Amino acid sequence: MENFNYHRPATVNAAAALLKKSKDGSYMAGGHTLLPTMKQGLAKPTDIIDLSAIKGFSGIAVSKSAVVIKAGTTHMEVATSAAVKKAIPALWEMAGKIGGVHVRNRGTIGGSIANSDPAADYPSACVGLGATIITDKRKIAADAFFTGMFQTALKAGEIITAVSFPIPKKSSHMKFPNPASRYALTGVFVSQDSAGKVRVAVTGAGPKVFRIADMEAALSKDFAASALNGIQVKAKGLNSDMHATAEYRAHLIGVLARRAVAAAK
Amino acid sequence: MTDTGIGARVLRKEDKRFITGKGQYTDDINLPHQTYAYFVRSPHAHATIKSINTAKAKKMPGVVDVFTSKEVEEDKIGGLICGWLIHSKDGSPMKAGPHPILASGKVRFVGDQVAVVIAETRAQARAAAEAVSVSYGVLPHNVDAAQAMKTKAQVHDVAADNRVYNWSIGDQAATDAAFKTAVHVTKMDLINNRLIPNAMETRAAIGSYDTGSDHYTLYTTSQNPHVARLVISAFHGLAPEHKLRVIAPDVGGGFGSKIFIYGEEVTCVWASKRIGGRPVKWTADRSEAFLSDAHGRDHVSHAELAMDAAGKIIGLKVHTIASMGAYLSTFSSCVPTYLYATLLSGQYNIPNIYAEVDAVYTNTAPVDAYRGAGRPEATYLLERIVETAARELKMDPVEFRRKNFITSFPHQTPVIFCYDAGDYGAALDKALELSDYKNFASRKAASARNGKLRGVGFSAYIEACGIAPSAAVGSLGAGVGLWESAEVRVNAVGTVEVLTGSHSHGQGHETTFAQLVSEKLGVDINNVAIVHGDTDKVQMGMGTYGSRSGAVGMTAISKALDKIEAKAKRVAAAVMEASVDDVDFKDGTFTVKGTDKKMAFGEVALASYVGHKFNSSEIEIGLKETSFHDPSNFVFPAGVHICEVEVDADTGLTKIASYTAVDDFGTIINPMIVEGQVQGGVAQGIGQALIEGAHYDRESGQLSTGSYMDYNMPRAANMPHIENFKLGFTVTKCPSNPLGMKGCGEAGAIAAPPAVINAITDAIGVRDIAMPATPLTVWQAMQPMKRAAE
Ligand SMILES: Cc1cc2nc3c(=O)[nH]c(=O)nc-3n(C[C@H](O)[C@H](O)[C@H](O)COP(=O)(O)OP(=O)(O)OC[C@H]3O[C@@H](n4cnc5c(N)ncnc54)[C@H](O)[C@@H]3O)c2cc1C
Repeated sequence: MENFNYHRPATVNAAAALLKKSKDGSYMAGGHTLLPTMKQGLAKPTDIIDLSAIKGFSGIAVSKSAVVIKAGTTHMEVATSAAVKKAIPALWEMAGKIGGVHVRNRGTIGGSIANSDPAADYPSACVGLGATIITDKRKIAADAFFTGMFQTALKAGEIITAVSFPIPKKSSHMKFPNPASRYALTGVFVSQDSAGKVRVAVTGAGPKVFRIADMEAALSKDFAASALNGIQVKAKGLNSDMHATAEYRAHLIGVLARRAVAAAK
Repeated sequence: MTDTGIGARVLRKEDKRFITGKGQYTDDINLPHQTYAYFVRSPHAHATIKSINTAKAKKMPGVVDVFTSKEVEEDKIGGLICGWLIHSKDGSPMKAGPHPILASGKVRFVGDQVAVVIAETRAQARAAAEAVSVSYGVLPHNVDAAQAMKTKAQVHDVAADNRVYNWSIGDQAATDAAFKTAVHVTKMDLINNRLIPNAMETRAAIGSYDTGSDHYTLYTTSQNPHVARLVISAFHGLAPEHKLRVIAPDVGGGFGSKIFIYGEEVTCVWASKRIGGRPVKWTADRSEAFLSDAHGRDHVSHAELAMDAAGKIIGLKVHTIASMGAYLSTFSSCVPTYLYATLLSGQYNIPNIYAEVDAVYTNTAPVDAYRGAGRPEATYLLERIVETAARELKMDPVEFRRKNFITSFPHQTPVIFCYDAGDYGAALDKALELSDYKNFASRKAASARNGKLRGVGFSAYIEACGIAPSAAVGSLGAGVGLWESAEVRVNAVGTVEVLTGSHSHGQGHETTFAQLVSEKLGVDINNVAIVHGDTDKVQMGMGTYGSRSGAVGMTAISKALDKIEAKAKRVAAAVMEASVDDVDFKDGTFTVKGTDKKMAFGEVALASYVGHKFNSSEIEIGLKETSFHDPSNFVFPAGVHICEVEVDADTGLTKIASYTAVDDFGTIINPMIVEGQVQGGVAQGIGQALIEGAHYDRESGQLSTGSYMDYNMPRAANMPHIENFKLGFTVTKCPSNPLGMKGCGEAGAIAAPPAVINAITDAIGVRDIAMPATPLTVWQAMQPMKRAAE
């Protein structure tokens, strides 16, 4: 790891100003993605702007219609929140499946989605629930936020401050972990809103999180696992590596989607 | 017998310091004025080194010096050696290519060390290493054992077809003849997947040269510090043994990978002198460990098993290609030969065996002994083909095994070993009972109701441990004898120090060896200290591997203790004015027959050193004895393991539903420690079967499983629930050592892989599946059947 300047601002504005001033700075939340890449020499920021001291940067607020999670909230805080469990049990469960205890104690929702790792879990919850990403500048629909592998709609220096998840009627998350890394080899997040509209979001299988229109249409008509019979997910364009071929991932999407629908609550 | 003697389930004495963070590992040690080494490693699988430019690196902040093969050659530092000479069946000696401590002329695998930077801090050394510019001429490479003899990529000049040796064992003509009479022959192609040992502590070394005394010290993560000293002085020409002290302090796991002498530790010793005597420290990071620790396994085999009409095995033929990696590591050559093919008879009475082994170079990290070393490969091959043969013959795999078990001892196999004792049927019976085999069908039905496929698999393994009679291994090509030493020093107050040539790196010797002393001398284990791992303190010894520290190391201690007892009896007799023959020793007390005279062990110890009460010209002062024990035979632990798996047909995910291990280790010193060894070994075996596998990319030659993101270590979730992980023991005492001990360190890793794979193939109804049987592999294996069913 190379030397860097370390800053710990108290406000979002101060953080943004520090980044602007730095030669090649980087925000840091939990550091659980950033620090490993720095150790490997893949990232060499001149300045680290630690967001953890920003006042009001973490916390969970649940209203009648939405769960709003501030960007600095750790996976552990979400996974142990009774209010989240009650409002969106699938989100609560998903947070508890991220990494191990150490990772959940450090990693944050803001860091996770800003990173847009194709195998991360939160992107599937954001897209699968139709969340809104709130930044210091604007609001971005989850569908428009994840633009590619490790790519998002964030502009340079833009800071995520919170994510707002609408509370669905039913939802469910199924994760098939990569046997080595325990990230999602394939993960499926399914939700049905009060109007009966269904979202099916897939992570781990493609270059970024994506939805499956055929499944959503079929489930919007009949929210039952059997409604998915006969829908074949195409392997083309899916990831293929030593842990899973594209065909296997396509197959897993079907299995996990059926299981998710069956388990939705 | 004390309550801390043989058979007592005492807690490990060493654990307090380990679990409170007070262990002293090599990386915890820092010497005054220490510098740090960082190695420049090859990014290519195979390339010539056209030039190395170190000028820029030398000018970087904190850099003390940068060395390459040029300086190594200037100082005439010898290369790494392979200490076991194997001859091919045509009589020619194995083809050992040069293995310099820093690559010279050519790099042969990704991670091969090319240069070393010495700097004031580790970060500076690492930064400067990036500034060393090496110009490579990339050559064709091959990472695949099966292709090695066909490829254009020639790893060493001495081996034109990359073949290190073509070795054979057994009677080919007799085996061919037996096959001609066979009623059924089962044939299989089997791959034993390459593994990376992954000890919790990565390798580390500190080399330190004292300019005043012209004396060297090496702290290193070694399983056998004396062997390291011998090799470094005899072959590298660095320092004669009396001027080199090797210390292996606390060592955090080895599994074989820390037996070997590596270039990095030799470099640290040499570089310390070269830079004028400042100590040089190196600690591998995990990425380096993946790349440069000796790997294990990597066999490609074809096997044929012949049966007569009654279902009796009449012959076994095996051809194995064993990857040695890019260089011959210290003991690599004996692994796929004398530690492998000699075990191919397993627990069975097989009258004819013929095996041929081609050891080959590939552009991969060197392969050497890894927990079990050769014996897991033999057991996997045999237990897979035996299970498959039973299925083909439509015989119950239990009955097929039982029918072919060796039942009388001693038993001479056609492949060198003479098994001394065992009762394989007893272990099988006990395993069947513990695993509730008779109700397997109902469990299978219950799994089916939950949509899961349940299968059962067996593994009846044998291993040769207690390595090894020196003359025997010498006749087979070993460069060293494999005895063990012990010195027992009784202090004047009756406490005891044992200096052992064995080395503990997780095994718990500080406890079990103390238990032996407690048993024999009647002292509490807290009054016993075990000293090991320092060549300046401990007499020459051979170290720990091959489950030898019980059978060989403890026998040496036991013999020294017998001498202590004999000497103490003479002292006690003199003090109590009795004849030695009338003195008895029991439970720590010396008594004189027919009298009420007695002396406690501590009193006799004191008397031995005070010397007032006996004639010191007849009985020497002191109470200290030494033994060098050379075993008369290997020892043969054996057992039967039964695994039940549940496969999720939708995803291919396999769960170990239950695991039963019944082992015959002879006498057990501490059941708690032995159970831990079995559980840990089984965990590694399940790891190999289900999830672990080192993978080199064929196109690039890069190690694709170079971190835990891709290399999958077994976790608690891969193990059966503890209630379904059943351990049992049967005991036939080993006749070749006084304690009747066998060895338990490798059993689990040897037995488990075929038990697991036999269970998976049973569950999903396929003939074979490759290890590791990951969800992807299992799912793919099931596709043809699904298609057929549709
Ligand atoms: C061993 C291990 C296992 C893991 N397993 C999983 C898993 O199973 N599933 C999973 O989903 N993830 C997993 N992760 C990733 C984990 O969830 C990370 O913590 C997360 O991806 C990043 O969050 P962080 O808070 O640590 O971000 P950091 O590492 O601090 O930052 C990541 C990136 O986001 C930027 N950033 C951070 N916060 C903000 C913000 N508020 N606004 C704008 N940019 C920001 C940073 O500049 C940086 O570029 C694992 C990580 C590790 C180390």
